[in-house]
Amino acid sequence: MKPGPGTYRVGGKVYASQLGLLSPRPPFVQVVPLSGRYVPKAGDQVVGTVTDVQSTFWLLDIGAPRWAPLHMTGTPWKVDVGETERFLRVGDAVVVRVENLDATGRIGVTMLGDELGKLEGGTIVRISPARVPRLVGRGGSMIATITQHTHAEVAIGQNGRVWIGGDGEAIRRVRDVLRMIEENGPRPGLTDRVERFLLATTPTGEGAPAAPPGPRPTGEATDDEGPDGDDGPGAMDEE
Amino acid sequence: MSEEVTAEILQTHILDLAAEGRRLDGRGPDEYRKVSIEPGFVVTADGSALVRLGETMALAGIKLEVGKPFPDTPNAGVLTTNAELIPLSSPTFEPGPPQPGAIEVSRVVDRAIRAAETVDLTALCVTPAEKCWTCFVDVHILGHDGNLIDAALLASVAALSGATIPLKRFGVGEADRPLEIHHRPIECTFVRLGDTIVVDPTFDEEHAAQGRLTVATDEIGRVVAMQKGLVGAFSPDDIKSVVRRAFVHGDRLRAMIGRNGR
Amino acid sequence: MGSVGAKEVPVLLDAEGRRIDGRRLDELRPLTIRAGPLRQADGSAFVEWGQNKVMAAVYGPREVHPRHLQQSTKAVIQCRYNMAAFSVDERKRPGLDRRSQEISKVIAEAFESVVFAEEFPRTSIDVYIEVLQANAGTRCAGLVAGSVALADAGIPMVDLLPAVAVGKVGGAIALDLKKEEDNFGEADLPMALVPQSGRLVLLQMEGHMTEPELAQALELGVGGCRTIYEKMKAALRDRYSVAPVAAEAS
Repeated sequence: MKPGPGTYRVGGKVYASQLGLLSPRPPFVQVVPLSGRYVPKAGDQVVGTVTDVQSTFWLLDIGAPRWAPLHMTGTPWKVDVGETERFLRVGDAVVVRVENLDATGRIGVTMLGDELGKLEGGTIVRISPARVPRLVGRGGSMIATITQHTHAEVAIGQNGRVWIGGDGEAIRRVRDVLRMIEENGPRPGLTDRVERFLLATTPTGEGAPAAPPGPRPTGEATDDEGPDGDDGPGAMDEE
Repeated sequence: MSEEVTAEILQTHILDLAAEGRRLDGRGPDEYRKVSIEPGFVVTADGSALVRLGETMALAGIKLEVGKPFPDTPNAGVLTTNAELIPLSSPTFEPGPPQPGAIEVSRVVDRAIRAAETVDLTALCVTPAEKCWTCFVDVHILGHDGNLIDAALLASVAALSGATIPLKRFGVGEADRPLEIHHRPIECTFVRLGDTIVVDPTFDEEHAAQGRLTVATDEIGRVVAMQKGLVGAFSPDDIKSVVRRAFVHGDRLRAMIGRNGR
Repeated sequence: MGSVGAKEVPVLLDAEGRRIDGRRLDELRPLTIRAGPLRQADGSAFVEWGQNKVMAAVYGPREVHPRHLQQSTKAVIQCRYNMAAFSVDERKRPGLDRRSQEISKVIAEAFESVVFAEEFPRTSIDVYIEVLQANAGTRCAGLVAGSVALADAGIPMVDLLPAVAVGKVGGAIALDLKKEEDNFGEADLPMALVPQSGRLVLLQMEGHMTEPELAQALELGVGGCRTIYEKMKAALRDRYSVAPVAAEAS
């Protein structure tokens, strides 16, 4: 086996370098992290907050090790040098896509693309980036269930920041579901449980779940019903 | 500066909820978080208590030492309060000398303890003008999810309530004796969120707040300290209503110390 | 090694080879580790070890403050080991004294020896260790707590870092000294082990030992570290366990 992400090799043996679940992907062996900050990947859709405004770019906190610069040319707006603050100010929330990463750890992001832009209204909730695949569900099943039952609009950042739009009640119900997902970790059967929870808590007077009001797509819809790989719970640690 | 920027839309959401009398964590405007008090958490202290308000965590430790009284109060012991907002407890705290925030917590807690005559300082006199007990109240903030002042005072009063004077260790007496506690002040902090004034704010609520008001009360109906903080304003009517609410919460929290202070 | 001073030296080792608290020479004090008690931190751990209580939190990798500490090819690992004022018999003035600064430095260097810092250039990984109650061996308890907190924060590293102090009490080499043994014993040798490589990344010594005694102490310490290592892993498994729920198993 060759060392994949989350592992390292010494003297012909492969060791875990991170706390996580063992996941053999022949010919590689990898460890899928269970915790930690968001590790950016090119192509990821992320939700961020503006932390600093410069004359030609904004710095975004996307929960990654470093702040990510969003250059004024990476927006759908016509921004002049020094006019950046007219468009985005500190504390504004945005959906952007990770474009490129360089060896110095610099994270380039863009706001050019479908479903990207400044977020208005709603709120942001943080979950562990390791839980994002569960929130998306197999083929997007989990998030579809959530938006159907709550009528909320949801934008999932791969960085574990989730934007929820809609009325107060819808936001509250999505927050409750996010808490369930956050607390349940890699336990199987979560989608069913979430659906039962949403049915049980549907406000009276509402009919069958309507079509979702255009949930934003959620990047790569990785599945995750339970840990994949044959080594279950506890297959972690720095062996 | 390792400050975490709270998203503007989160602040707006908190204000929108408050306008309907609701809060992010599902509490009502006058609902305090779950409080737990664990007395005697630290055996090396002469008294201690670990207090949790939700995810906010404060550990208070009491130490008594023999020292010299101040010249202007020769018949009284000395009381010193210090709160440490250590960087372990929040991504927003940095290592280094105490920041104004830590000093504010220390001083507001100190004023309540002093004004309520929590500890009878004359009982800490050993030899007038020569020898007295110095009582150190040290508060270590271990988790910061808002409302540090209430947590710090609650931990301090709970720690004082179970403290002993270490007479043996200092060769001043044969046996240690309990530190006498006269009154138990309780601080209760509120923030303004639009037209709603909510009790026991979380970190996010403090960031969205338009003013913070702390009222310390004791069990004999006195207001013993106040502090208005953050940017914002309160009307005299706001203040009167906050004081009324502070007495109700104060009585309930004080009873918790009574139950497990020793 | 505190100065013996005027205080009476207690009997550290009885005729049966039992120590002041009844332990055998190769026996650890009771140790419990809890991973992840602090919500605000990226990773955290609480360690109760004998009469020590130590909390650790990890923040990062994150932007470096102050910025001039930034390193262009790797993360800078900063450690702050601090003792609460009430953690010792005689009240300690708040803030880092020279001892705390030295310990912070050697602990940071121990962690730097195992963390894959080059994966996060220009960032900082901050390890905060707070001693809440002290009874000898706090730097080792801090290393254990800090290391579990680093793993809890998902930081990539070679291995966890179990640590323990070995000493010489009543003429015998003993594992995991408690306060009286530390104060009145002849030597104290704290160490931290990388179990994967069998090497030590923290080693200090105070007092005196012969060469054969030192060899014996190292062997005893490494063995102790291996026991502690298992407890560290168990604490992490506990935190992330996927305990099967009968009702949901269908």
